[in-house]
Amino acid sequence: MPRKEGREKVTGQARYVDDITFPGMIHGATVRSSAARGRILGIHFEGGIPWNEFTVVTAKDIPGKNCIALLIDDQPCLADGVVNHPEEPILLLAHPDKYLLEEARRAVRIEIEPLPAVFTIEDSLARKQLIWGEDNIFKSFLVEKGDVESAWAAADRIVEGEYQTGAQEQLYIEPQGMIAQASPAQGVTVWGSLQCPYYAHKALVVVFGLPKDRIRVVQTETGGGFGGKEEYPSMIACHAALLAWKAGKPVKIIYDRAEDMAATTKRHPSRTRHRTAVTRDGKLLAMEIDFTIDGGAYETLSPVVLSRGTIHAAGPYNCPNVRIRSRAVATNAPPHGAFRGFGAPQSVFALERHLDRVAQAIGLAPDELRRRNFIHEGQSLAVSQMVREKVDMPRLMDRAFELSGYHEKRKRFDSENTGKDIKKGIGFASFLHGAGFTGSGEEYLASEVAAQATREGRVRVFAASTEMGQGTNTIFSQIAAETLGLDPAQIEIVQPDTASVPNSGPTVASRTSMIVGKLVESAAREIQQKLIHAGFLKPGHAAEDFAGASRQYIEKFGPLKSLIKYEHPRDLHWDDEHYQGDAYGAYAWAVYVAEVSVDLRTAEVRVDDFVAVQEVGKVINPILAAGQIEGGVAQGIGFALYENVVWQEGRMINGQMTNYIMPTSMDVPPIRVFFEEVPYARGPAGAKGIGELPLDGTAPAIVNAIAHATGADVTRVPVTPEVLLEMLEGVHA
Amino acid sequence: MPDRARKIRVECTVNGRPVILEAYAMARLLDVLREQAGLTGTKEGCGEGECGACSVEIDGALVNSCLVPVLQASGAAIRTIEGVANGERLAAVQQAFIAHGGAQCGICTPGMILAAVNLLSRCPEPTEDQVREGLAGNLCRCTGYIKIFQSVIAACRQSERHA
Repeated sequence: MPRKEGREKVTGQARYVDDITFPGMIHGATVRSSAARGRILGIHFEGGIPWNEFTVVTAKDIPGKNCIALLIDDQPCLADGVVNHPEEPILLLAHPDKYLLEEARRAVRIEIEPLPAVFTIEDSLARKQLIWGEDNIFKSFLVEKGDVESAWAAADRIVEGEYQTGAQEQLYIEPQGMIAQASPAQGVTVWGSLQCPYYAHKALVVVFGLPKDRIRVVQTETGGGFGGKEEYPSMIACHAALLAWKAGKPVKIIYDRAEDMAATTKRHPSRTRHRTAVTRDGKLLAMEIDFTIDGGAYETLSPVVLSRGTIHAAGPYNCPNVRIRSRAVATNAPPHGAFRGFGAPQSVFALERHLDRVAQAIGLAPDELRRRNFIHEGQSLAVSQMVREKVDMPRLMDRAFELSGYHEKRKRFDSENTGKDIKKGIGFASFLHGAGFTGSGEEYLASEVAAQATREGRVRVFAASTEMGQGTNTIFSQIAAETLGLDPAQIEIVQPDTASVPNSGPTVASRTSMIVGKLVESAAREIQQKLIHAGFLKPGHAAEDFAGASRQYIEKFGPLKSLIKYEHPRDLHWDDEHYQGDAYGAYAWAVYVAEVSVDLRTAEVRVDDFVAVQEVGKVINPILAAGQIEGGVAQGIGFALYENVVWQEGRMINGQMTNYIMPTSMDVPPIRVFFEEVPYARGPAGAKGIGELPLDGTAPAIVNAIAHATGADVTRVPVTPEVLLEMLEGVHA
Repeated sequence: MPDRARKIRVECTVNGRPVILEAYAMARLLDVLREQAGLTGTKEGCGEGECGACSVEIDGALVNSCLVPVLQASGAAIRTIEGVANGERLAAVQQAFIAHGGAQCGICTPGMILAAVNLLSRCPEPTEDQVREGLAGNLCRCTGYIKIFQSVIAACRQSERHA
């Protein structure tokens, strides 16, 4: 089935937030901190600006509580008295003329007395300054399986390593934006580009101190999210609404690219240390992993990102003794946040790079080391989750190697590289990614989906899950249509609007197809059951019978509706205190192979070929599924090679597309995508989650290929030419 | 702040229709198209000519409308995404983007389609390398470009069949 909203998108008719205008609407802008940390001494309105024409909002104008409610309430909506990062919002302005507004924004001078700040994981851990809580630590985890200490003595080799990943900007092509209408009489309504309508709803309820039913959040067509529009839109929604509340007019805030890149969230920078005990013949005896992420100035989602990164840190391997210690620390940078993969790309990069080094240390082929330790049904992951589903990593590896010509090329490149300026290499990563919220997360979310049939036999699906390009509209239509035996064109996916859709949870965590899609399936099935029980429809009915049956039902009984609530499978158990148990209902499994050329003269890397083999349950829509993987691999290529956030005192100083480089059409290799389809009993039509998976394995596959090509012991991404030159010096030394 | 006294009249054609735009001489063509002509299919992604989301054709040449002062559009024939389909009938490139997954979030799509249409007007049977080069000024964060390449190639085949 082609994309549901495809026609609107290819004709330019799709309406994104900046395409929408309301009568009397004015524009809003944000005045931010000029220092990474300090005390606000004064706010001065300067220049020849007609200030009396402006709506000005500060922390004092907030009717409710001054925070962006998320996990805890540590992040202010507008800084009051102190600032903790250099892009912290302090003051809001609105005016009908956006050119004058920009002049005015620059004419506000915020006087700040600077305080010493912390910018690195190391300085934060060393508590050079105490900037958050009692120890600069937002959250820490300890995962223990077996007894790591007892294993060191039995090891033939102990291999250690330290790995780093940089921040990465989501770089959705549509910058963030919101429009708000707000007044004491009408309550607050915001329209905007976002992934999670109910996150923004929750934040607005707290900032305005209004009852839930006085707050309404509507998602407009969303031009990409990738996690970047998970939590930050709540901030913009509150800002636009505060301005609208005071101005008495609709207010639109659209970030330009520079503001979007500087102020909104990015992927957490990370540092991972590995210590691995292994036998001579490549059996993993113990893995000790120390994983730290930089959370920025406020907690936001860092505990959850840390959780996913921690659980994925030991990969799809069966190791009897594992200890993972992890922590998210505070620095005076803008808060880092959700980005596709959500902590896992960081810890998986470290692991898969490290395992190549372990293999090298014992003189074993890197694939052979993995093969000897792959997890199988009945064995348990690091969090002691017994794998009950069918998993066949060796088969995924065989297929990926066959499709990429891995063994032949590995041998050939070894012999042909000698004496050449351009060296070729091939590398891989094997990995897993858990779908849905972690542990008891789905149980707490208790997502809901509704469906309603019309007398014409059309079925409307009500969910808060958003379309942001990944295909929610299409997949939900297919699932509902398949369940009811209808044409997908008869299914309507209702625009996410908190006034009309139930809370099906945030559109994150590879959960939309698998978890919410299952609820869509159940909601459709309940409608069908009602028709069958009422005697209007027979099981195995034809598509054309549905409309007549619906009409008869509605005439006799009234509205034909269903509301389904998530029920957590009883056999999934999670111990949050010890961080053990069934972390995810299902995992996607994958082996990715990258082939690269490295030009030693320029230290530039090109990815020549990429093979992505994965098992994600049954594929619902092959074009959309392949599109998810291809796009994710391209983002992974950026993460591995190009996308380098340059920091200066907590501020991103290359916040432009000119100097923050993402892959173009000239940079991507053929990305060849293959699915092994093993139906997942609890997924809709057998499907599992897919969205985040490709970010996990791409970077380590590429970096392992670079190491193969050059012999350089690369331990961090992005591998810019500068980084590679430094690493190559180690080879010649 | 632009000086209000210096608003100028710019006569040009947009999607085949003569129009008169009133704007500051240095206003960006992007803004004038979106705000005055109501053609919001042209998108702003970066405002500095890097991403190509604001691509339009001026006298048959593909340009980033965020870098063009409206003054320069005087007397020109401009085509935006709204002028690519023939009424209700989609162009081959548009159909191919729907059929082959060339559009995901859709924000780069109008610019990408104009770039593709422009490429095919200059080079009706491009190789994949020529497609890559023709689209090099248009960034897409969703697709990894693969399905965009496939869409453009498929559109050529379709055009051949109709020729």
